Amino acid sequence: MKLFGPAELAALPADKFFTQLSASLSDGGRAAAYFASPADGGRRLCAALAHDRAGRLELLLSEPLSDGFPSLTPRFPQLHLFEREIFELSGLRPEGHPWLKPVRYPAGGPDPGTGDFFRVHGPEVHEVAVGPVHAGVIEPGHFRFQCHGENVFHLEIALGYQHRGVERALSAGPGARSMHYAETLAGDTTIGHAWAYCGALEALSGCAVPPRAQVLRGVLLELERLANHTGDLGALSGDVAYLPTASFCGRLRGEYLNMTALICGNRFGRNALRPGGVDFDLEPARAAELLRRLEDVFRDTEGAVSLLWDTASVTERFENTGPVSRADAAALGLVGPAARASGVDIDTRRDFPYGPYSRYDPPKPGRGDVYARAYMRWDEIIRSVRLIRGWLASLPAGPLTAPCGAPASDSAAVSLVESWRGQVCHAAFTGPGGGFLGYKVVDPSFHNWQGLALALRGGQISDFPLCNKSFNLSYCGHDL
Amino acid sequence: MFKELIERFRQGHRTAPFPPGPEKFSDRYLGLPRLTGAPLAKAAAACPVGALSAADSALDMGRCLFCGACAKADPAAVEFTRDHRLSSGSREGLVLGSGGTFRASGEAPPDLRRLFGRSFRLRQVSAGGCNACEADCNVLGTLAFDLGRFGVQFVASPRHADGLLVTGPVTKNMELALRKTYDATPGPKLVIACGACAVSGGPYAGHAETLGGAAAVVPVDMFIPGCPPHPYTILDGILRLINGDIV
Repeated sequence: MKLFGPAELAALPADKFFTQLSASLSDGGRAAAYFASPADGGRRLCAALAHDRAGRLELLLSEPLSDGFPSLTPRFPQLHLFEREIFELSGLRPEGHPWLKPVRYPAGGPDPGTGDFFRVHGPEVHEVAVGPVHAGVIEPGHFRFQCHGENVFHLEIALGYQHRGVERALSAGPGARSMHYAETLAGDTTIGHAWAYCGALEALSGCAVPPRAQVLRGVLLELERLANHTGDLGALSGDVAYLPTASFCGRLRGEYLNMTALICGNRFGRNALRPGGVDFDLEPARAAELLRRLEDVFRDTEGAVSLLWDTASVTERFENTGPVSRADAAALGLVGPAARASGVDIDTRRDFPYGPYSRYDPPKPGRGDVYARAYMRWDEIIRSVRLIRGWLASLPAGPLTAPCGAPASDSAAVSLVESWRGQVCHAAFTGPGGGFLGYKVVDPSFHNWQGLALALRGGQISDFPLCNKSFNLSYCGHDL
Repeated sequence: MFKELIERFRQGHRTAPFPPGPEKFSDRYLGLPRLTGAPLAKAAAACPVGALSAADSALDMGRCLFCGACAKADPAAVEFTRDHRLSSGSREGLVLGSGGTFRASGEAPPDLRRLFGRSFRLRQVSAGGCNACEADCNVLGTLAFDLGRFGVQFVASPRHADGLLVTGPVTKNMELALRKTYDATPGPKLVIACGACAVSGGPYAGHAETLGGAAAVVPVDMFIPGCPPHPYTILDGILRLINGDIV
């Protein structure tokens, strides 16, 4: 959570902005966010660059632009979707973008899923279209496969079906619904996004969140990770028809959600976080009950998940399926377990420590296939349990909340949280009165969808469900 | 194979009885709200989505996010019980007056209950949902809830379905897909609107990008409030629709 005061928000002339942006990206910087925000006389570009290993967050602003700007996507593929989004939302055209098409298909433009798709031509090449309504209980998206027999040459993913105007509404805040918007940006990442939103607001108002609240937020965030990672391991085993782990983990995921409900009453952690702190305490009896349940459920998780690694038919199916190389993962700016599984060693909890995290030690990077993405989740489950155990053993005393006043005027805050899918980035800009001029949300899925597309290259259509589960990305977090 | 059997033996039989006992809900769970009859002005001012009307002394559960802000602002005016049974066959049925008692309702007509009571297949359509309602529908398929024992199943194709369960406020970008899915479902069919978004637009009510709920596009037979509803609330709603007042 970093505050940028008016003095740090000096705008660069366009040429300097792009020179500096290129230099930072060449230097290993990663675009945590890149977007256009309203400014006097037009729109300016803002880039929040994370220098992960150095733990340095850089914010670059351009002077207001009126029409086009040079696309950097050909040199830095990680910007491809950001530039498309800038074009869609502001009309500023990234000149030279190789595939400039809509991101979310807002009203007034083409219908979602229509328009150009990348096509492979040839007598035996065929196209498979899937969605928006899929076979499972799952959010909508459209997938186009270019195939030769069962082999996939290319997969293009068209989203936008879940576009409900939530980022636009957040930009008009802060208001009565803002917290609820944050909590529903991606329902399975309620704590991750709620924390990022609170963090931005707290940074802007100079609010120091009490240690007890920080630790309780940590407990809730790790419970969210435990629930989702456990659910994903179950879903992965379901997709290779290994039912014991699928059945066990389906129940165990719910048990982790029930632990969140033990704290705040809601299984997804709704209403738990509020700017300034948390709304619910963990009294000694409740903390003891939480720890007892955690140990029980973790033991069952360990039993259920270890079956996966001991079953040759499972590991054989996971290994070498859907590989994403380290170079590709880094070039695309992937985040979270998917990036770490491909050998990109980044984790917000270590690189930009916040709240109760200190000296977090992420698991060893993997080699990029479904197996690595699955095993990464298991490694993280072990670490999350350790973190919660440690926090519960020495819960700091003190208040649950501190007053969070009005946001500072003419400032900006960038808030980074490592949710279970990876880094959540919220960036807020305030105007003269402290109200938001702009509010930008980057869900980890925004970075990672292209990773899924790449994982399918050279694979088979039948690998798709497995690859998809191994990323398990958010549609609504992308569509906003 | 022995390891699987040992683990199965160790973890035991985990399917929970239905209806659920109170131990299935956190002591902090916010279920059915109750208006005490005290003036609502203070509580209504705290509601982020305008679910409370001081003028009408009413609470619209269809809009309610169950965030508890009202009860926190004025505990003397609004209380939340731990009753998870919240469904209604009509949109107006979700509006609570002060002092009145709410009884979950919404059973389908007798001929449809005869048809679907022991075998009911649903196609789920997420139309702007945040994946919390979707997740709590998915969880019904796990061994803890074991939806299959009631003869209910989520299926892959609308052609195999007896009805739809819609989540989300219905974004404009999903309107056509929802309509096509509905049209592809053979009749007679039933539609369930699950969660505050599908019932009323939820936190997105009034957004130009959304249509304010499932009823704007398809006829709805059952409304299940909550943000998201507890899985037992959803299960109660589904079973009430096809079996009537079972509990």
